[in-house]
Amino acid sequence: MFGFETVELSRALTAMTLIFHAIFATLGVGVPVLVSTAEFIGIKKKDPHYTLLARRWTRGYTITVAIGVVTGTAIGLQLSLIWPSFMQLAGNVIALPLFMETFAFFFEAIFLGIYLYTWDRFKNPMYHWLLSIPVVIGGTLSAFFITTVNSFMNTPQGFEMEEGRFTAVDPLAAMFNPATPTKVFHVISSSYLTAAAVLAGIAAFIILMKKGSLYHKKALKLTVMMTFLFAILTAVAGDLSAKFLAEHQPEKLAAGEWHFETEEGADLVVFGSLNENNVVENAIRIPNALSFLAHGDFQAEVEGLNETPEDERPPLWIHYMFDLMVSIGFYTLGISLLFLLFWKMKKWNEFHPLLLWGIVATGPLSMLAIEFGWIFAEVGRQPWILRGFMTVAEGATTSPYVFSMFVLFALVYLVLAIGCLATLRKIFKGKPAELELEHRYPQTAAASKEGDE
Amino acid sequence: MSYELIGISVLWLFLYGYLIIASVDFGAGFFAYYAKVTKKDHLINQLISRYLSPVWEVTNVFFVFFFVGLVGFFPDMAYYFGQSLLIPGSIAIVLLAIRGSFYAFENYGSKDNHLYMFLYGATGLLIPASLSTALTISEGGYIEETANGVQLLYGELLTSPYSWSVIFLAIVSVLYISAMFLTYYANRAGDEPALQIVRKYALFWSSPTIIASLTTFIALSQQNTDHFQRAIDLWWVFGISVGFFMIAVFLVYQGKYYGWAFLAVMFQFFVAFFGYGASHLPYLLHPFVTITSGVTHETMAIALIIVFIAGFLLLVPSLILLMRLFLFDADYVKGKK
Repeated sequence: MFGFETVELSRALTAMTLIFHAIFATLGVGVPVLVSTAEFIGIKKKDPHYTLLARRWTRGYTITVAIGVVTGTAIGLQLSLIWPSFMQLAGNVIALPLFMETFAFFFEAIFLGIYLYTWDRFKNPMYHWLLSIPVVIGGTLSAFFITTVNSFMNTPQGFEMEEGRFTAVDPLAAMFNPATPTKVFHVISSSYLTAAAVLAGIAAFIILMKKGSLYHKKALKLTVMMTFLFAILTAVAGDLSAKFLAEHQPEKLAAGEWHFETEEGADLVVFGSLNENNVVENAIRIPNALSFLAHGDFQAEVEGLNETPEDERPPLWIHYMFDLMVSIGFYTLGISLLFLLFWKMKKWNEFHPLLLWGIVATGPLSMLAIEFGWIFAEVGRQPWILRGFMTVAEGATTSPYVFSMFVLFALVYLVLAIGCLATLRKIFKGKPAELELEHRYPQTAAASKEGDE
Repeated sequence: MSYELIGISVLWLFLYGYLIIASVDFGAGFFAYYAKVTKKDHLINQLISRYLSPVWEVTNVFFVFFFVGLVGFFPDMAYYFGQSLLIPGSIAIVLLAIRGSFYAFENYGSKDNHLYMFLYGATGLLIPASLSTALTISEGGYIEETANGVQLLYGELLTSPYSWSVIFLAIVSVLYISAMFLTYYANRAGDEPALQIVRKYALFWSSPTIIASLTTFIALSQQNTDHFQRAIDLWWVFGISVGFFMIAVFLVYQGKYYGWAFLAVMFQFFVAFFGYGASHLPYLLHPFVTITSGVTHETMAIALIIVFIAGFLLLVPSLILLMRLFLFDADYVKGKK
C-alpha cells in the first residue's frame, strides 16, 4: 500500500509502538526511585513536604504506569504478531529473559498496587516505605531483562547455527552477551536521569508560573540534585557504550560518527552534513576525540564504515540521533551543575528565571534524548534484526494487513495520549500542593507559610 | 513426565489463573455498567470498585505470562500464531489497552464518567471474545500454509458454528464466574442489598453457561473429530466439572456457604479446562504444531521451567499478601478503610 513493502510497514508499526512505549517505560523505571527517595527523606527528616511529594508523584505515576502496562502488553504481543519468524528463531535462545521481564513486572505491579492503597495503614511509616523497594527493584529488573533481549539482537551468542536452526542453546550465555553490561547500565541510568529531569522540569515550571512555595523549592532542589547524579552516571555509561561498540559492533559506531576510513587518531565529527560523495561538510571536528571515545587513547585505531560490506551498513542519518542524544546529555549535566553551584553560593539566586527555564527544558529534552538514543540503537543495527543471522526483511510477517493495523494503533496511541494528559490535568488542576499540605499536615503548612514570608 | 508436558501444564495453569481473575474483572466491569444503566449502581458499584482497585494491573500480567511463556517454550507457536493472528491479536491488544488505561483514567481521574464506564463494560465482553479466537483456530481448519507464509482464513472463521459457540461460551462464562465471585464478596462484606442483586445475576447466568458448554462440544465434534473423540474418552472429567457446577448453583440458590460455592466454581472450571487441555494434546495447533515438534531446546526448556516455578514461589506469596491486605481484610471489605 502506498508503495511501501510489508517489511517497511512492519518496522514503522513497531517503531511507533516503541517510541510511544519508551516514554512510559522510562518513567516507569525511573519515577519509583525518586518516589522512594522522597518518602525516605520525609521520614528521616520528619518533613511532610517530602512525604507529600512522594504521594503526589505516585498519583501521577499511576496514570503513566497504566499506559506503560498496556503499551508493554502491546509490544510483547506485537513481537510475535509482526515478527513471527524472528520470534520462532530467536525465541529458542532468548525466551528466558523475555519471560523474566514479565515476571519482574508482575512483581512491581503487585507491590505498586499495595503501595498505592496503604499510605495510612501502617503505624510505622517505614513499613510503607519498605513497600516502595520492591517497586523500584521490579521496575529496574524489568529494564534489565528486556535490555538483555535487545542486547542479544545486537551481539547474539549462546547457540550454534545448523541448517537455519539454533542448536547447543545456552540461555545464560545468550542473556549475558557482550552488549549486555553497557546497554543495561546506559538504559537504567538514563531512565533514572529522565525521570528526575522530568520531575525537576515540572517543579521549575510551577515555580515560574505560580511563584511556588517551599514545597516546590524543596522538590526542585531534590530533583535537580538527582538529575545531576544520574547525568554523571549516564555520561559514564554512554562512554562505556561507545567503547563497547568500537569493539563489538564497529559499524554502528562508524555510521553514527560518519567515520568511513579506518585510521589512527580519528577525529570526532559533530553534526555537519554529507555531500553526494559522502564527504563530511560543515561539521565541528574534534581532533583525535573519536579514538579517545572508542578506545580511551587519542592515537588508537578506529575501524571505519568502509570495512563493512555495503549492504550491511546502517543508514547514515543516525549520526544526528547520536549527536542530539549526546548534546542533550551534556546540556542536562551542565544546567543541573549550574543550579547546584548557584544554590551553594549564598550570594547567587538559584531561582533566577533564566536558570529555571533552563531546567524546565531538561524535562522534554531528556525524554527526546531517550527516543533519539533508542532510534540510534535500533536503526544502527539495520539491516539486521539479529545481527549476522537474520535481517529485518526475513523476520517480518507476510500478512497483508499491516497497514490497517498501523492506522488502528496510531489512533489508539493518540487516544491514550489525550486521555493521559486529560487525566493528569484533572488530578492536579485546582488541587495545588499547598492546599493538600494544609489539609493533611496543617502544622507544617502553617510553618512553611511563615518561612515563605 | 517429559519436560514439554511440564511446560504446557504450568502454562495452562497460568491461563487458568487468568481465566478466573480476568473473568471476575471483565464481568464486574459489565455489571457495573449494567447497574448504572438500570439505576442500581448506588447499590453495587462501591462493592465492585472496592474489589477492582487493587487488582486491575495484576490481571493483565497473568495473560502476558501465559503468552510470553507459550512462545518461549514453543517458539513454533510464535510463528503460526503470530502470522495468523495479526488482526484478531491486534484487536485484542487494542481492547486491553483501552480497558486498562481507561480504568485508570476513570478511577484516578474523572469518577463516574459515563463513556469510560461504557468502554470498561463493553471491552469486558469483547476481550474474551477476541482472545478466544486463539483457542478456536488451534483446533485446525482455519489457517493454511502457502508459499507466502501462513494465512488465516477469515471466511472460515466467521462462518463457523464452532467459532461462534466458543465466543458465546467465553462471554457467558465470564458473566457467570464474575457474578459468582461478587456474590461471595458481597456476602463477605455484609452488604445485603448488593448481595441480593449479584446473587440474581449469578443464578441467571448459570444455565447459559452449561448450555454454551454443551453447544461448544457439539460444534467441536464437527470441527475436529479427533479432538472430540479424545474429549469423549475423558467424559468422567467433564462429569466431575458438571458436578461442581451443580454444587455451586445449589449453594447459591440455597443462599448459604457462598465461599464454598465460589470454590466449587473454581473447581468446575479447573477440571473442565484441564480436561479440554488434555484432550487437545498432543496438538498445540492442529495439524501444524504438537508439543513434541514445537518444543524449544532442552536447556531452554529446563531454564524456563525453573523460572516458571520460581515465578510461582514469588508470585503466590505476593498475591496472598495482596489478598490479605484487601480482599480478605474484613474492615477493608466492609468499606471502613
